[in-house]
Amino acid sequence: MSSLVSSPIGAATAPALIVIGASLGGLRALRELLQQLQPEFSIPIAIVQHRYWDIQHRLMESMQQGVRLPLREVEDKDELQPGKIYLAPADYHLLVEPGSFLLSTDPPVSYARPSIDVLFESAADAYGQRLVGVILTGANHDGAAGAAAIKAKGGRVLVQEPATAESDVMPAAAIAQTCVDAVLPLSELATQLNKFCAASSL
Amino acid sequence: MDINSARTARPDLEDIELELLLEGLYRYYGCDFRNYARASLKRRIRKVLETEGLTQISALQNLVLHDAAAFKRMLLGITVNVTSMFRDPSFFLAFRQQVVPLLSTYPYIRLWHAGCSEGQEVYAMAILLQEAGLYNRCRIYATDSNERVLQRAQTGIYPLGLMQQYTQFYLQSGGQRSFSEYYTAAYDSAIFRSSLRENILFSQHDLAIDGSFNEFNIILCRNVLIYFDAVLQRRVHKLFHESLCRFGILALGRQESLRLSPYESEYEALVKSEKIFRRLD
Ligand SMILES: C[S@@+](CC[C@H](N)C(=O)[O-])C[C@H]1O[C@@H](n2cnc3c(N)ncnc32)[C@H](O)[C@@H]1O
Repeated sequence: MSSLVSSPIGAATAPALIVIGASLGGLRALRELLQQLQPEFSIPIAIVQHRYWDIQHRLMESMQQGVRLPLREVEDKDELQPGKIYLAPADYHLLVEPGSFLLSTDPPVSYARPSIDVLFESAADAYGQRLVGVILTGANHDGAAGAAAIKAKGGRVLVQEPATAESDVMPAAAIAQTCVDAVLPLSELATQLNKFCAASSL
Repeated sequence: MDINSARTARPDLEDIELELLLEGLYRYYGCDFRNYARASLKRRIRKVLETEGLTQISALQNLVLHDAAAFKRMLLGITVNVTSMFRDPSFFLAFRQQVVPLLSTYPYIRLWHAGCSEGQEVYAMAILLQEAGLYNRCRIYATDSNERVLQRAQTGIYPLGLMQQYTQFYLQSGGQRSFSEYYTAAYDSAIFRSSLRENILFSQHDLAIDGSFNEFNIILCRNVLIYFDAVLQRRVHKLFHESLCRFGILALGRQESLRLSPYESEYEALVKSEKIFRRLD
């Protein structure tokens, strides 16, 4: 019954998807994180970045700067492909099903659309143990319930170290609500994601 | 047998319960959610569970099959009717600039607005067509599967508080009048001019069940297909293809595409970024 014993991060099932949630200060954090991924990084990544009016339309271009992996704003029913980074479009929730994405215009969840919880909870349903969730900087509590859902389904959760985050509220909220697998600064988060990738391509 | 592998191999119980519920709803009430996109449907069903104070979908199944009032409550809980006037102003701007000139040559324009929700988008289109001088040549068929939202759509009355946002969208969409010309304010309501409604026919039509009912020059179906799975999307695209006349125009939502349509190759993109397509022949 080894499933009850928490295994060291990276030793469990190789992840098939990484989901990332970020809010205030997220653009800079995301860029820093994504820039440090290896060029051969092959696990698909799905991101919810809360949109503020100023970055509503420029988000894609701003985020792609210096990031080698191709970024795509999700269109309904897009299939998950290795080595691609998917971004939730403005004003839609992003959800995951096994092998594909879907979008919805359901009402905002705790004022957010896209909502991190919506992405994380659906991804937890679809990928269970083969999912890694990452919570970055933010000034609200979105993602805390989603992180708990990921843990409940056997997935792993990494959180940006609150002291190193532009806004520590969101990472702290996730840590308070769930027993997360690791709390790390951005560069070490990147190292950890690269390790997951190496493990999944073994 | 290894207990862990057995666990991962066994299908998810909640998924089975959900399927049974949907099958029951279809057989008993005739409403077909079986091919709605699962992840978003599941989310809404879970919310219904919460409000009903239940924990399992099978308990909900028991409740709604034996209690018609609970069924109605559930229907309201699982349909999404979020909409707005001139949502995605750039779409309406592109429509003004690139579709209107094509329409001006038509003696008569039939437009089908599928999944019109509470009607904001329909009135927005009526305003646009009036401003283009085309409205009196138009017949707009606005349909939705949800009777309740259609009743609201009929009235053309919306919360006054939304007008500031709608006005902004209207202006961004290329509107050049004063938006307040189109409604009268009464208490908390904005009552839209009845002349906008003259050529609109609201009626119930379920894209999952019903067939083609006319031939159209334009079909508008925005943010409805995202709620359907691939199978149902294909059905609806077939329906649209059958219902569009030669060179007819199909407009989808900002993040939707023809990728799952069996007829993708029979359309050309008229305005690619705004998901406005034209049937080739
Ligand atoms: C999110 S609203 C979109 C409203 C509007 N087109 C917009 O983009 O603002 C989706 C609408 O699709 C309707 N709908 C859902 N299933 C349907 C079906 N099977 N047939 C027809 N309409 C349906 C819902 O009742 C709802 O009003």
